[in-house]
Amino acid sequence: MRKINMMILALSMSGSAFAGGMNDDPFLFMLKMDKFELRDADEGTVLVWDAQAWAGKDLNKLWLKSEGERGEEGTEEGNVEVLYSRAIAPFWDLQAGWRHDFRPTPDRDWAAFGVKGLAPYLFEVDATAYVGESGRMAAALSVEYEYLFTQKLILSPELEMNLYSKDDEAVGVGSGLSDLQLGLRLRYEIVREFAPYIGVNWWNKFGKTADYAEAAGGETSDVEFVAGFRLWF
Amino acid sequence: MKYRKTIFSGGEMSPSRRRFVQGLAMGGMAAGLGLTTRTLWANTDQQQKMPTLRGTDYDLTIGEQVVNFTGTPRIGTTVNGSLPAPILRWKEGDTITLRVKNNLPESSSIHWHGIILPSSQDGVPNISDGFHGIAPGTTHTYQFKVAQSGTFWYHSHSGFQEQTGLYGPIVIDPIEPEPFTYDRDYVVMLSDWTDEDPTVVYAKLKKLSHYYNFNERTHKDLMKDLKEKGLARTWSERKMWMQMRMSQRDLADVTGYTYTYLMNGQTPADGWTGLFRKGEKVRLRFINGSAMSFFDVRIPGLKMTVVAADGQYVQPVSVDEFRIGVAETYDVIVEPDDGAYTIFAQSIDRSGYARGTLTPDPAMTAEVPIMDPVPNLTHMDMGMDMSGMGHGMHGMGGMDMKGMDHSQHQMGSMDMKGMDHSKMPMGSGQMQGMDHSKMPMKGMDHSQHQMAGMKMKGMNHSMMPGDGGKKPVHPSDFTSGKVIHAPTEYGPQVDMRAQAPQYRLSDPGVGLRNNGRRVLTYADLRNLRGTNDPRDPDREIQLHLTGNMERYMWSMNGVKFNDAEPLRWKLGERLRITFVNDTMMNHPMHLHGMWSDLETGDNDYIPRKHTVIVQPGSRISYRVTVDAEGGWAYHCHLLYHMLGMFREVQVS
Repeated sequence: MRKINMMILALSMSGSAFAGGMNDDPFLFMLKMDKFELRDADEGTVLVWDAQAWAGKDLNKLWLKSEGERGEEGTEEGNVEVLYSRAIAPFWDLQAGWRHDFRPTPDRDWAAFGVKGLAPYLFEVDATAYVGESGRMAAALSVEYEYLFTQKLILSPELEMNLYSKDDEAVGVGSGLSDLQLGLRLRYEIVREFAPYIGVNWWNKFGKTADYAEAAGGETSDVEFVAGFRLWF
Repeated sequence: MKYRKTIFSGGEMSPSRRRFVQGLAMGGMAAGLGLTTRTLWANTDQQQKMPTLRGTDYDLTIGEQVVNFTGTPRIGTTVNGSLPAPILRWKEGDTITLRVKNNLPESSSIHWHGIILPSSQDGVPNISDGFHGIAPGTTHTYQFKVAQSGTFWYHSHSGFQEQTGLYGPIVIDPIEPEPFTYDRDYVVMLSDWTDEDPTVVYAKLKKLSHYYNFNERTHKDLMKDLKEKGLARTWSERKMWMQMRMSQRDLADVTGYTYTYLMNGQTPADGWTGLFRKGEKVRLRFINGSAMSFFDVRIPGLKMTVVAADGQYVQPVSVDEFRIGVAETYDVIVEPDDGAYTIFAQSIDRSGYARGTLTPDPAMTAEVPIMDPVPNLTHMDMGMDMSGMGHGMHGMGGMDMKGMDHSQHQMGSMDMKGMDHSKMPMGSGQMQGMDHSKMPMKGMDHSQHQMAGMKMKGMNHSMMPGDGGKKPVHPSDFTSGKVIHAPTEYGPQVDMRAQAPQYRLSDPGVGLRNNGRRVLTYADLRNLRGTNDPRDPDREIQLHLTGNMERYMWSMNGVKFNDAEPLRWKLGERLRITFVNDTMMNHPMHLHGMWSDLETGDNDYIPRKHTVIVQPGSRISYRVTVDAEGGWAYHCHLLYHMLGMFREVQVS
């Protein structure tokens, strides 16, 4: 019996060594902390994160994304997304799944449907449409570019915006363009996987979103210096 | 000082990093051998570092051993304790028996690269007839008759074992006297070593395909371009690349960032040493046993006479430099004077080099040259359609373009229509070197141009003196078929399709164009003894090399090996294979078991190769006499490409 097992083992091993190959498409996972930074906001120092993880193969992956912000009073904004990601074009993945906003409260859940990829002229784009409870709809867009000062010193301008179809006073967002962020970060890749950075981030709230913020005694616009690091493995 | 420290053309490097790239002095497995001058002189084998085994009976043991090339001990894959594996010296006509024991914890195999033998002895697990790899702890016996002579090599065809050290030279002495003489005979095996686990390298490439590329164009290059070329030209030159999301510096996937380049298993800091006495002719058998690295090889101060390519005699060509793709071999003869010379093999992306010394005295070394600047890929390397450019540019594919630098052409921006060649309005004298009346037309044939979809109308051929004495070539000598992209080439797995791939035999390739040196090209290769099989091809197969660099996926016709049906060929037929390279990289394509008779335009002297470089965005064709029954591997020899860019061939 043991001999047979050994034979099966040997056969399966030779099978995996097919044609000098290993599997050309191994199951891989990647964890990427795109942003982990402190911002000197008007309301004090806040911690902002933007993290992604995926597991899967060349054309099909499971993605996790999380973005959020922690201030003196704990987590002020935060969401997680779980997405199935499928390559649909050489540079584009279709991503669909679920987004859960756990801050501010009350929680909001959304069905997510978007594209992520590299646009011509090397812009990294992530554009997602959301459908939530009570017929609420939303859209988020992020566009990023990389400019190489040197092989390791990289300037990265970034644009982010959120749109909503309906006012949602409970969580402080109004319909239309609710907020826009422009960031400029200069990172130094000590190694590919780890890069500290500094930068500046401008954001503005618009329309009802701004009104809600004002009513709550908050800011509607700010320019912040940021410092943080990028990490992946 | 033994070597120059500036080995990177750009970027900063710490001393530790420098040592890493240069490798450890006395690194590898030489440490402690204590070679003295006397032992060097006494024993050529020892100069080779790896031992030489001779005879008809061999016991080879594949094992693991600690090696140290960078200052960090690592486990290498060895044969009889040697990395590279021992030189096997056979005799043409002998029947060779090799008992190969696998002491690795995983399945292994040895493939005899370029050796013509029965499929069952070819050593590719699950493709070679009846061979399923050598299971751990077992011994497999190979036996075959050696029906050829020349310089070849052997390597593992399992997993990534080739990257970790399982490669070695094969030298086969001929029955007939050789058509040249020499006094000394050295193997020069080039390879790339990484301290990283190859599965990690592969995973990194999948996650970030430019992980190892630290030669991207930066702010400095942009400022330089803006200053020299102005905004409009800089934009038009770069526009296409940005639109296509491609890098002009996508020259090598894995670079000197992780690789230490070895010459006969010795680091650049060490340098391999080959001794000669004044007046001697030295034969150097160059073998590229790398996993991923192309090398541009030269010996400053010495002309090299190329006498064999892929083990096959060619009509001698005297050159200053040659590019050797992964798995290719070139035999050259040099006649050094009474001094030391550096054998300099820079990687195609100029991220490092392998180095050796030819010297009459082990104490004497020569200066190591600075590496050439990092080249940019051109629109031609993209296989771009240049039909809107008038005839002026079209002749280039087949011409000998020495003296002309493609990278300087502003193809996108120039209006070439109706242009007078004598008045090419090319900015800042970039085209100074281009004078059609001086262009040597070696190997040029109009049919090549037509076939690549070129319009030659209006081109004044009389201005171009042919390289006298060569027979005219007929259009039918080359593929005249249209370039057809299969439906399978459209999808997320393919990021580019060459629109007008040219037959670029006499293009020395990116980084070697117009470098002021006489560089070997495939157009120079002419079979010494005439074409082996003069038959015309019965049929033609077009194979497209495809991939997605960003996703790091490689395939043929858009279909990776695991999803592909075997290619079925008929025993006895004569095929023409036309490769179209739909990627931005060079792919060294290797057909097992049968020769690749490269169509150079000279039908009487077709050279035979076992590995053919297909340049980026180009097409090239060769004939195959299908005379070997059974299962054969057919693949790109870049280790991290071959997982997908691979086909099984079944001949029956």
